[in-house]
Amino acid sequence: MAFLEIEKARKVYGANTVVQTFELSVQRGEFVSFLGPSGCGKTTTLRMVAGFEIPTSGTIRINDRDVTHLRPNQRKVGMMFQAYALFPNMTVAENVGFGLKVAKAPAAEIKSRVEEMLNLIKLPQMAGRYPYQLSGGQQQRVALARALANKPQVLLLDEPLSALDAKIRISLREEIRAVQRELGITTIYVTHDQEEALSMSDRVVVMSEGRMEQVGTPFEIYNFPRTRFVASFVGTLNILKGRVLDPKSGRISLDDQEVVTSRGISDAQAGEIRSVALRPEAVAIGRNGAGGNQLQGTIEEVAFLGAVVRIRMRLRESAIHFDTFNNPSVPPPERGQSVTVGFSREDILVLEGAPS
Amino acid sequence: MKESRLGAWLALIIGTLYFVVPLIGTFEFSLRMRRGTYSFDAYRVVFSDPRFQASFGYSTVLAIATIIVGVLLVVPTAYWVQLRLPRLRPVVEFLTLLPLVIPAIVLVFGYIRIYGSSSLIPFTANERSTDLLLTFSYVTLALPYMYRAVDTGLRAIDVRTLTEAAETLGAGWPRILFTVILPNVRMAVLSGAFLTFAIVIGEFTMASLLSRPAFGPYLQLMGANRAYEPSALAIIAFVVTWACMGLIQVFGRGKAAARRPAGR
Repeated sequence: MAFLEIEKARKVYGANTVVQTFELSVQRGEFVSFLGPSGCGKTTTLRMVAGFEIPTSGTIRINDRDVTHLRPNQRKVGMMFQAYALFPNMTVAENVGFGLKVAKAPAAEIKSRVEEMLNLIKLPQMAGRYPYQLSGGQQQRVALARALANKPQVLLLDEPLSALDAKIRISLREEIRAVQRELGITTIYVTHDQEEALSMSDRVVVMSEGRMEQVGTPFEIYNFPRTRFVASFVGTLNILKGRVLDPKSGRISLDDQEVVTSRGISDAQAGEIRSVALRPEAVAIGRNGAGGNQLQGTIEEVAFLGAVVRIRMRLRESAIHFDTFNNPSVPPPERGQSVTVGFSREDILVLEGAPS
Repeated sequence: MKESRLGAWLALIIGTLYFVVPLIGTFEFSLRMRRGTYSFDAYRVVFSDPRFQASFGYSTVLAIATIIVGVLLVVPTAYWVQLRLPRLRPVVEFLTLLPLVIPAIVLVFGYIRIYGSSSLIPFTANERSTDLLLTFSYVTLALPYMYRAVDTGLRAIDVRTLTEAAETLGAGWPRILFTVILPNVRMAVLSGAFLTFAIVIGEFTMASLLSRPAFGPYLQLMGANRAYEPSALAIIAFVVTWACMGLIQVFGRGKAAARRPAGR
């Protein structure tokens, strides 16, 4: 039995379906991210788990208890918001101890728990400060401590890093993950940043327009996107228009050049137009050995980014981006030059649905 | 450039004269009770008048009661409107502005008709309940100022996030309102309170028609019967009002100074 279960949850505002049938089981101690652009329903789903929104239909269960219609203050969830959520009139220690005070814990217990939490987030010297005396990153760490002080059953994080500087964002995401692992707390993390989702999560739920597009480990999501949306949202995949020549042998035509995929396209008909994904890091200049794929095209753009050179090659209709590492003894190709690139059969992926 | 600055100075000087000359005149006149020399005799007379002490005390008590009732009415309302009923905001704003549009005399006649001693809710039947009615009418009069002050304060904080954060930590409505929201709009509530105080101290119509011994009717009575004391009273009333304004400034600035380290 999973620890947190969301069963067929839907949310409708008037004529607007914000979340379509959402189905997810989260194991105890698991870290799951909801990833998608703004308006995809990820925050609404999180707020249904928190209790701020009641699903139009469906059930939410935490630790085998139906909480669908429970008020947020009875759910024992900890939540961390984007920003500005610390109580400005209270010190750091009072903020962290707020939930325990509400729960009428004895003063001595509150004190020791607050100390423990502040040590956990490595800010024990800040206990007497007010929120406005802290940096954005410190405020969010205190918010994390406050969310965890009551030993909630589930930790909910609503884009907690999106208001911070890039550098702090990276160090704080490692810190959040470390704290989460240490406490083994079941966590849902909402973000629109694919790097964040991929680097932190045990599993990622990619969402678009209220739909769950794909659920899987970061490895699966990145390497084997199922839909065009996932492919384009996660990473920098090349999405090409391909015509299926022979579903059985996996032959596809990309702008009349034939390639072969070793991944099944058994659900496709011959002649059907499908989206085809090709990861930029799989492509290299030169022929791929026997059994590999090659494509011919013209170099359209060369961007020198330092360690990496990003190249765009035009086939006919489609263009392929790919990266090569900078090599001082081999200058990058020139624009207008005609080249052949190679990649292996595993690297080409036929997605569900036709290109838009 | 130079000419426009001259115009600005001219406007400033005319404006200042417009306000200050009558005030100086009143003050000067209030000092002339003793023939041939300036003295504070008029003030001494006023301060030693038991009716002054009684009416000022009465109005002060009523002002404090008004502030308490007003805060308890306005803070939860403004909070709820901001959090759950943002679409009703224009309606509520319009309602709170009505006391500025409807003259106090109309209001008080309405009160007497509805709450007169022969009505179903006879507020005016005895003195204590009349005091209560007067307090409520003062709350109404001060509503535009109190509501605006509190609403501005609430807009300056992230009401929704703070509420939701407190909710996930297990807090119920009363606790959220009194330990999270109210302390963070303290300055706004204080400035609303001082404005309310200034209004109640000077109010005449309601108190007079409900025949309660407030400071306003006392001012009027003195004005009708004495020469120098009314001027002294007018100056005292001004000082009280200005003290209230000054306190708003002081508390407002105190907050700004406390917030300053955040910018560093």
